[in-house]
Amino acid sequence: MKVVVDEEKCVAAGQCVNAAMDVFDQRDEDGIVVVLDEHPPAELADDVRNAAAICPALAIRIEE
Amino acid sequence: MTARVLVVGASASGLSTVEALRRKGYAGGITVLGDEPHAPYDRPPLSKQVLSGAWEPERAALRAEEQLTSLDAEFLLGETAVALDAEKRTVRTASGREVTADAVVIATGVRARRFPGAPDLTGVHVLRSLEDALALRGELVAGRRLVVVGEGVLGSEIAATARTLGLEVTLAGPLAAPMALQVGPVVSGVLAGLHTERGVTLRLGEGVVGLTGEEGGRVSGVRLASDEVLPADVVVVAIGAVPATEWLADSGLALDNGVVCDAWCRAAEGVYAVGDVARWHHEGLGRSVRLENRTNATEQAMAVAGVILGEDRPYAPVPYFWTDQYDAKLQVHGFLPADAEVDVVEGDLAARRFVARYRVGGRVTGVLGWNMPKQTRLRRQEVVDALQEPAVPTPTTVPVPTPVITPAPTH
Repeated sequence: MKVVVDEEKCVAAGQCVNAAMDVFDQRDEDGIVVVLDEHPPAELADDVRNAAAICPALAIRIEE
Repeated sequence: MTARVLVVGASASGLSTVEALRRKGYAGGITVLGDEPHAPYDRPPLSKQVLSGAWEPERAALRAEEQLTSLDAEFLLGETAVALDAEKRTVRTASGREVTADAVVIATGVRARRFPGAPDLTGVHVLRSLEDALALRGELVAGRRLVVVGEGVLGSEIAATARTLGLEVTLAGPLAAPMALQVGPVVSGVLAGLHTERGVTLRLGEGVVGLTGEEGGRVSGVRLASDEVLPADVVVVAIGAVPATEWLADSGLALDNGVVCDAWCRAAEGVYAVGDVARWHHEGLGRSVRLENRTNATEQAMAVAGVILGEDRPYAPVPYFWTDQYDAKLQVHGFLPADAEVDVVEGDLAARRFVARYRVGGRVTGVLGWNMPKQTRLRRQEVVDALQEPAVPTPTTVPVPTPVITPAPTH
């Protein structure tokens, strides 16, 4: 699994961090998404898929 | 025809329901009815990027065609549901089609409220659909006078977008400041300062009683309660939305400003509601709520997909919404009641970079951030903790639902 984010689409909601905090964070200055782990381990796959689904700006894409 | 799951509504919450069912391993049949002819698209950009012209409309599509295809669901677009028999779980459409399902998910959203009793005038707009956005966009020409009726989130966003495009913008509505109902007096005061500084004329605190113009002709202005007329070349009416439940009038479902559901978002056996149209019992709050925001459309859909597949988890989210106006990005987690006590806990109001905490009776109900998204999200936990404390006890008399559909075994 590979996580790809679109910083331009990101609205800094932080919902992805709530869903998968080992994989996503936000920049301190403007809240834009930061990917901590581009290739998350299998045990986090469901959380990461949920994070992509919950993103209100459709800014997270997952390549399985 | 028979579908195992029928989703009525093909916007964010309807699509999210389908996706969540598939993610959770459901492999059975799914049919989706959508009254609009378009493939599912996203609404938040309509008042911002699509309205300003920064995005072509295609960019608001929720999914690419191949992603929709991969869901293996039958999308019937341009098919308006006109009736539901909740007992039989049969939906009839305007074209006469009947679809019966084991589970029916109502995701028909809301409709823009129109100005009551207004004459038929050109130049008067509402903003809910893609067509609405494109029609309005065509009229947003620099130098024109735009009056936005309604000082809520949508009205405030439209005012900001139009002002940025160079129109002469007036924002009118009965409350004292933009978004006063949504964010309370302190933050709406800061918003009023921002709009004024950017050149929007605020005519707030006075009701709008009518539109002026010759019947069949073009709008010429907006009449206030004082009888003063605000001259206008274009008018946007953004005075809220009403749940699209007319088609459910004879369904046997309880309707009360939305489809009334229990804590599992169940309106009747095998019938659920999600998104803007759903009013459900929020156990953390101990009362029913209906949320019109983008995040709820997805979260509630995920919850309902789980319930359909037998998960026993009441839906009790910490709501989230955001709004972008000029360079201001506001983020809200939780609830901001009008009578809440508001403290700035980080940053400061004058710098327009802060986090405000809302409390009622000492209990945190929500946090609002202005250009401090991460810091705001970090304080969301306070809202989560407060929601988990026992609320005013309101016993639910609703039994735990039984699954109507068993997911295919995953391997």
